[in-house]
Amino acid sequence: MSTSTSVSAVLAQSEIPAPHIEYGQIAPILVVFGAAVVGVLVEAFVGRRRRYLVQLPLTAVGLAAALLGTIVLAFDKPFHVAAEGALGVDGPTLFVQGTVLVLALVSLLLIAERQQGHFAAQAAALPGSEAEQETAAAGTVQTEVFPLMLFAVGGMITFPAANDLLTMFVALEILSLPLYLLCGLARRRRLLSQEAAVKYFLLGAFSSAFFLYGVALLYGYAGSVRLSAIADQLSRNAGQETLLLAGTALLSVGLLFKLGAVPFHMWKPDVYQGAPTPITALMASCTTVSAFGAILRVYYVAFENLRWDWRPAMWGVAILTMVVGAVIAVTQTDVKRMLAYSSIAHAGFLLTGVVATSRDGLSGSLFYLAAYGFTVIGAFAVVAMVRDTGGEAAHLSRWAGLGRRSPVVAGTFAFFLLAMAGIPLTSGFTGKFAVFSAAVQGGATPLVVVGVIASAIAAFFYVRVIVVMFFSEPEADGPSVVAGPATAAAVALGLTATVVLGVLPQPVLDLAGHAASQMFVR
Amino acid sequence: MKDFPWLSVLIALPAVGALVVGVLPRAREELAKRTALGVSLLVAAVTLVMASQFDTGGPRFQFDETYWWIRAFGVHWALGVDGVALTLIGLSVVLVPLVILASWHEADRSGGVDTEPRRSVKTYFALLLALEAMMIGVFAATDVFLFYVFFEAMLVPVYFIIGYYGGAQRSYAAVKFLLYSLFGGLLMLVAVIWLYPLSNRPASEGGLGHGTFLFSELTRLQIDPTTAKWLFLGFFVAFAIKAPMVPVHTWLPDAAAQSPAGALVLIVGVLDKVGTYGMLRFCLELFPGAAKWATPVVIALAVLSVIYGAILAIGQVDLKRLVAYTSVSHFGFIVLGVFAMTSQGQSGAALYMINHGFATGALFLVVGFMITRRRSVRIDAYGGVQKVAPLLAGSFLIAGLAGLSLPGLAPFVSEFLVLTGTFTRYRVAAVLAATGVILAAIYILWMYQRTMGGPAKEAVTGMKDLSVRERIVIAPIIAIIVAMGFFPQPVLNVINPSVQHTLARVEKADPAPQIVAENGARP
Repeated sequence: MSTSTSVSAVLAQSEIPAPHIEYGQIAPILVVFGAAVVGVLVEAFVGRRRRYLVQLPLTAVGLAAALLGTIVLAFDKPFHVAAEGALGVDGPTLFVQGTVLVLALVSLLLIAERQQGHFAAQAAALPGSEAEQETAAAGTVQTEVFPLMLFAVGGMITFPAANDLLTMFVALEILSLPLYLLCGLARRRRLLSQEAAVKYFLLGAFSSAFFLYGVALLYGYAGSVRLSAIADQLSRNAGQETLLLAGTALLSVGLLFKLGAVPFHMWKPDVYQGAPTPITALMASCTTVSAFGAILRVYYVAFENLRWDWRPAMWGVAILTMVVGAVIAVTQTDVKRMLAYSSIAHAGFLLTGVVATSRDGLSGSLFYLAAYGFTVIGAFAVVAMVRDTGGEAAHLSRWAGLGRRSPVVAGTFAFFLLAMAGIPLTSGFTGKFAVFSAAVQGGATPLVVVGVIASAIAAFFYVRVIVVMFFSEPEADGPSVVAGPATAAAVALGLTATVVLGVLPQPVLDLAGHAASQMFVR
Repeated sequence: MKDFPWLSVLIALPAVGALVVGVLPRAREELAKRTALGVSLLVAAVTLVMASQFDTGGPRFQFDETYWWIRAFGVHWALGVDGVALTLIGLSVVLVPLVILASWHEADRSGGVDTEPRRSVKTYFALLLALEAMMIGVFAATDVFLFYVFFEAMLVPVYFIIGYYGGAQRSYAAVKFLLYSLFGGLLMLVAVIWLYPLSNRPASEGGLGHGTFLFSELTRLQIDPTTAKWLFLGFFVAFAIKAPMVPVHTWLPDAAAQSPAGALVLIVGVLDKVGTYGMLRFCLELFPGAAKWATPVVIALAVLSVIYGAILAIGQVDLKRLVAYTSVSHFGFIVLGVFAMTSQGQSGAALYMINHGFATGALFLVVGFMITRRRSVRIDAYGGVQKVAPLLAGSFLIAGLAGLSLPGLAPFVSEFLVLTGTFTRYRVAAVLAATGVILAAIYILWMYQRTMGGPAKEAVTGMKDLSVRERIVIAPIIAIIVAMGFFPQPVLNVINPSVQHTLARVEKADPAPQIVAENGARP
């Protein structure tokens, strides 16, 4: 009875106030989603032969236009919320969005590479079936990848901007669902790829449930899902603490899962290994950046006043992530799995920037994200290049003597590894220095000591790859390097960024510093 | 000419040279070698011109340049040399061309094993030049962050030199070297990072009011004793690994056994000096209180290094390992001198760094010549060489005698200064360390006797004496060893002012050493 009255009361209102949307302020997000929708239409209406030729420019233009929009927005130093407070437009957000878009453009180079097909001709065809052979023989090229990637990137740039938890959840799902699909599209080792997709999906869905449960509890605590409302409630010291703490914990599980922090890292090695390498590159760079942007926003905005409660837990997670990531990576024999564990360790290094909870911590983390994103794309691009008859030569032993066979490619990979190990004059060192120095200033020196010990352990397995490549004798039937032009371009970009951010990091540090100067909008 | 950016040019020259050599076509090996030699000679010439303008009575750091590098971290591209740094740079730039000349055929043979495929020759020489650029940089840096950058980046070329051009166990040795150094370096990184917030404190709390890594400013920091001790340890462990001191010395024998002899001259002769140089410059001056606190332990470890290194050297059957252990012993002397905190001790230590570089460099070079001929590093593979190759044996003898600090040869002066400087303050340590001198006589002379003396073994009968190239390599070093044995005062005059600075900082000044009468020579 009461329900029907309220419904009729709503209907009785002659005008429902339309939400006020600042289209200009959220243009980058809209452009990417728009391009994705057009991409779906292209899939439906354009002939199979011409699809690739239409999809690729469409995707590139969509991403580039969004990037341009982000840059234009950044010029008038925005610091406000848009779309009825659902999205924040501020320095750190724009920096993260810009980084995601740039890295997505570089990943697109890998995805678009046609010389070596990375993707199954038809995802629906069962591995080993006649249908698969037919499509392979027909030379069909997968093009669904492009709109799927656009949707994922759209989610990725919404995720760190989301100013309320519900928007954040929606963004999380938008970014995750296409990624689940993309993971299962590998052309070679399809079963491994499909297994990775299912694993990622199941665990991802599980973590989304955690996230959602956390949102519900926090709503119970604050009476709102708005981050600023939670912060207000905290500063008033009102509400039930049980709901708050439980909600924060559950929410953190969902967020840390996406970042791949220990103990929520189980999916990372399997998924990174099984997914087509361009998608792995996309996940390792863009997803990490985006998830980390969201984490920064949640902890710096909503839970800033709660930091005495979450900081000890975050210390624990950071230490575990650094140490477990580095130690387990030592035992890996598959290059992609090793890079996956290395990215877990790097997630730990990044979390030290969160623990710092300061402006320097924020700007340091932002710089680290940009630096690491380029390096990791470059590294995976090299992985995509080294191939033998069965596809990519993923096993480390197959890389023996690569330095003798193709010194330039092996040298580049060694450089990426040294950057990840944090050797000076590479971007990895600058980034590590930025977050560690913020952490020391924030009083987290023991964490930094653990961090450098983990770095030393991590150096061991990076160096081991260099040993295999340079100091071992090549096998007679070793892999060859197939460098498609687009992949080579991605490697070159990654290399350039790694060198420049290592030798002359000041402009980007300034950019990150400006972006972080006002912190997040509430 | 005072405003000319000497040091930046000195770093840039070999760096550019390394790039040029690196991009030469693979087949043009001879061209690569000649270019590398030419560049290194040019660097030596430029250093000579620069050194001639060094004013021993002038300000402490000369030829200084300071530009912003990374403003966000408070990091400067700041270079400058005092006497100690200048002489170490001098040592590096003299050794590099000789090493290049000595290694002329080193890379052709790939680690002494003929069955292995040939390796890229130009890369070897490019790596040597890159190493030279970083060695100059590490001694010239007056910004702690910049120093750290060179300190760590230096590992990369050495790692590739050992791992790519070394002996049979090369990758093990290269990884061990890298991990030891990296671990020490990362501990130092924590300490380096820590300096920033300390300097960023307002002046009322003992800071500088702005974050900086400039050495000259950091010495004005007030650091509370507990923090200073931690920071001291962070730096000291890194330097002790580098130096190397017992008990973190174990990477050196392995690296020495596997590394090509030419590069080994640079690793032991120059690279390891960064450790002792760092102790003198950074540990003592940045954390004087903590340095005094740690002195008893460091002195004990230094004496232990002297004796333990010498005893192990006696027991070696591998020529390169033997020389490596003698260096552990000698580094013990240097550390002893640094931490004796007397001007004689520290001047002696600073001088010892140079002398050891030349003496051990000569020894490794001659050992390298022997290995090229006999293809073996085992002592028992030789015997009676002086009968077939008298010049080779003679050079070996002089280098060896320098190693055991024979009066009249350079290391004697420095060892004597170290021991007298230590004796005035730590009598027992000096007496114990003096036994190292006796042990040195055993390992050197016994090695000489087994390899060079006695009847010529059949395997060495066909051994050729030094070629013209090898004579050109070894002659200048021997000349320097003899010259510095008789006339150390000019070098001491360059070193003394900066040692006085260091001592003033640790507040234990005493008169500067004059020339030692026992040496039989007066300036």
